[in-house]
Amino acid sequence: MQDLGGAFAQALWLIIELDRDLVEIVGLSLRVSLSAVLLAALIGFPLGAAIAVARFPGRGVVVAALNTFMGLPPVVVGLLIYVLLSRAGPLGELGLLYTPSAMVVAQTVLVTPIVAALTRQTVEDLRGEYEEQLHAFGVGAGGLVATLLWEARLSLVTVLLAGFGRAVAEVGAVIIVGGNINHVTRVMTTAIALETSKGDLELALGLGIVLLVIVLVINGLASGLRSAVAQASHV
Amino acid sequence: MSEAAAIAGSVAPVRTLAGGSAVLPIAGEGLVVRRGGRILIDGIDAAFEGHGITVVLGANGAGKSLLLRLLAGLVKPDGGAVTWAGRPPDRGRALGVGFVFQRPVMLRRTAIANVRYALKAAGVPRSERDAIARRALQDAGLEALADWPARLLSGGEQQRVALARALAPAPQALLLDEPTSNLDPASTLAIENLVGLAREAGTRIVHVTHDLGQARRLADEVIFMHGGRIVERAPAQSFFDGPSSGRAQAFLEGRIVL
Repeated sequence: MQDLGGAFAQALWLIIELDRDLVEIVGLSLRVSLSAVLLAALIGFPLGAAIAVARFPGRGVVVAALNTFMGLPPVVVGLLIYVLLSRAGPLGELGLLYTPSAMVVAQTVLVTPIVAALTRQTVEDLRGEYEEQLHAFGVGAGGLVATLLWEARLSLVTVLLAGFGRAVAEVGAVIIVGGNINHVTRVMTTAIALETSKGDLELALGLGIVLLVIVLVINGLASGLRSAVAQASHV
Repeated sequence: MSEAAAIAGSVAPVRTLAGGSAVLPIAGEGLVVRRGGRILIDGIDAAFEGHGITVVLGANGAGKSLLLRLLAGLVKPDGGAVTWAGRPPDRGRALGVGFVFQRPVMLRRTAIANVRYALKAAGVPRSERDAIARRALQDAGLEALADWPARLLSGGEQQRVALARALAPAPQALLLDEPTSNLDPASTLAIENLVGLAREAGTRIVHVTHDLGQARRLADEVIFMHGGRIVERAPAQSFFDGPSSGRAQAFLEGRIVL
């Protein structure tokens, strides 16, 4: 390692001059990961809440499986999606391989179990307090799920954050299904991997710093959102 | 038919909210509940109709709260059955039977939004919810706190919101599970006044309590329970003058009943 200071300086310079490639890479990273988190929320919130509320045989197994899927290795998810989307695969017709859409799909698969499992835990904790009262109101299963999700809204912001952190920081899945194609599917993590292997450690470090800063900013925004929600909704 | 507005003594159009179809009489027949080999409710028959307040008395573990939950349809009996107006309890009529828990469960929203939630669950059209909710809070003396976050209210205020919320859909019956056991005297008085108004409006009330003083103040009729059974059911006056069972006598005298 030649010099960390130089890397910082270069990173700063890239950011200050809003380097076009850098902006493009960062933009795609955010677009892919935020889309994946949004999709994961649409699936994971109701799924997690439903599992929290429902009672059925084998529920314990489902919960255990969900918790296990939180730790899915990104490369394995990438490989699975690659097989599905490759020309010869069952979804090959869609021609999604090596596109940002494929990366969104892969990250959604990665993040949905995280969102669902954490939502399940959060909602289940609330259920004990609310369930009898809501039954006394004549609220059915659907209403129970919706109400508990809304009551848990503060904690769910943190759940989304955990999901986003996982998505934006992973490299294994997006590099397999996206291919790290310049100007098409290159995101921060794949660019860092590439620059490192090319020996351009300054640029790799610079991108790494940008990635950290972005995660930091998103965290700040989320915690701002959290307290805004708290104030608006009187928790 | 009780009506939230009637509680305040104001003139209101005659309409039923949650009372779309009848729930009275609320009846339990041959109720049995077992948990882990213990019999918690041991063959109870009881029906509630007409008007007035029935106070359910008894020591801890007598099965008072459990009986109330059975009547509300919140707990399924292991034996016997509960009926509302001759049919098993159903969701559609749930708000015809108001329930107030020992610890108020406030949703994370304003006081009035809590009341609106119950009205929505009762199927009241959106355009009418706010006015009815505001009136219900007014009747509880809570209009100044209507737009406060419910969870920031004091315990007594929360319980009054919970009672206003239960009364807003104009239930035919109101089941109270020790609603004042955690409250100070002033809050207890506010709750008792509100319960009294609901009774005058014709709501059938079943009130579980530990508090003998409260029982004397409110009861039209007393049920005394012990060991999962109804030991005695009598008009309040005659119960307090001289209960027919030895256990109830001991309970009234403040002796410890085992």
